[in-house]
Amino acid sequence: MTDDQTLKGRRNALKCMAYGGAGTLFALAGGVFTPIDLAIAADSKDAAKSFGKPLFVQLSDTHIGFAKDANPDVTGTLTSAIDLINAMSQQPALIIHTGDITHLSKPEEFDLAGQMFSRIRATELHTTPGEHDVADAAVSEYFSRFGKASANRGYYSFDHSGVHFVSLINVLTFKAGALATLGAEQLAWVTADLKARSSSTPIVVFAHMPLWTIYEPWGWGTGDADQLLQQLRRFGSVTVLNGHIHQIVQKVEGNMTFHTARSTAYPQPVAGTAAGPGPLKVPAEQLASMLGITSVSEVKHPRSLALSDTTL
Amino acid sequence: MRHRANRPLPTAVSVVALMLVSAVAPAAPPGPPESTRIAIKDFMFTPMKLTTHVGAVVTWVNQDDEPHTTVSATGLFRSGALDTDMTYTFKFDKRGTYQVFCSIHPQMTATIIVE
Repeated sequence: MTDDQTLKGRRNALKCMAYGGAGTLFALAGGVFTPIDLAIAADSKDAAKSFGKPLFVQLSDTHIGFAKDANPDVTGTLTSAIDLINAMSQQPALIIHTGDITHLSKPEEFDLAGQMFSRIRATELHTTPGEHDVADAAVSEYFSRFGKASANRGYYSFDHSGVHFVSLINVLTFKAGALATLGAEQLAWVTADLKARSSSTPIVVFAHMPLWTIYEPWGWGTGDADQLLQQLRRFGSVTVLNGHIHQIVQKVEGNMTFHTARSTAYPQPVAGTAAGPGPLKVPAEQLASMLGITSVSEVKHPRSLALSDTTL
Repeated sequence: MRHRANRPLPTAVSVVALMLVSAVAPAAPPGPPESTRIAIKDFMFTPMKLTTHVGAVVTWVNQDDEPHTTVSATGLFRSGALDTDMTYTFKFDKRGTYQVFCSIHPQMTATIIVE
């Protein structure tokens, strides 16, 4: 990155932060959210103690390569998001990217995204692809860069701080006119993977497309996710994270918390309010308030996870 | 095959003859189209159902701000991501009914019948 670009990035970050509204922190206890205004949470010096240790930050829908009216500067807004993460007083252990890293699956888009991610202070980056990352004719650009963790299957699991993370892929088995699916092979794998965990293990499941049906006419759901959700019901703390829809939608069902993240690139319309789920152009001064990141903290008593959304 | 519109016409007489035939028999089947376009706009393929002939070359053009793809349901062909104004072309060499969809928005479907 040249000095010019760095300066431009910093300027954008400052500009965006000036525009950004405060987010809301959701402390989760026993499956119930307690919303706390982030401005109040951030004011408190004991915020980290009160709201738990930051475990990871969810980045989503960075769409590197997009340059249309809805946001001509997606690298600027991703830079703001990375600056925001790097400035956290307690660094998260992990970054989870829930897909649509790129806009058109072009090699140069992946390369630029990779360069930008390398600026993140947190050392562990976990990803799952979005449909925009597997849109190249050969479906090879994503896997040649990020396929190693899953041995090119697209799904894998790992543990961190006693939390079990499951990364799933629901952007490959598309059929005409149908919702996304996980597929029988992946479902069999995840069933076996979860069987080995005790019910007291906090579980985080992430995929790009929502794992619950938000709006079927726009494909905002996963056709065979119910078989997965059944496996998750016995666990005491389950957090299901997705991207794809570029806006926050949440649901709590028993001990399961579902959360879709904002994009760092551009907003999308509310379900059913446009011809399709394309980029939504908003006045420039509103844009930063519609983009953002989600951070997830670990709460010790009772042991659960707390979600906090921050706009750019 | 007698009156392909794109064949160079040798004389003025032929032009008159062609016009007469068109006027008298407007329903006469045209020759096989050499090229057919399918627009991708507002998250839809237009037309959604296309009937054409063996050897036809179909070109999809994306007119949305959002990228789309055109993918055969049987895996016969798969475009890469088409950004605004980008096109993808496929030549249909065999009869049959072909279902296509967008792999980014699989609710977008179209059917191409090759006779």
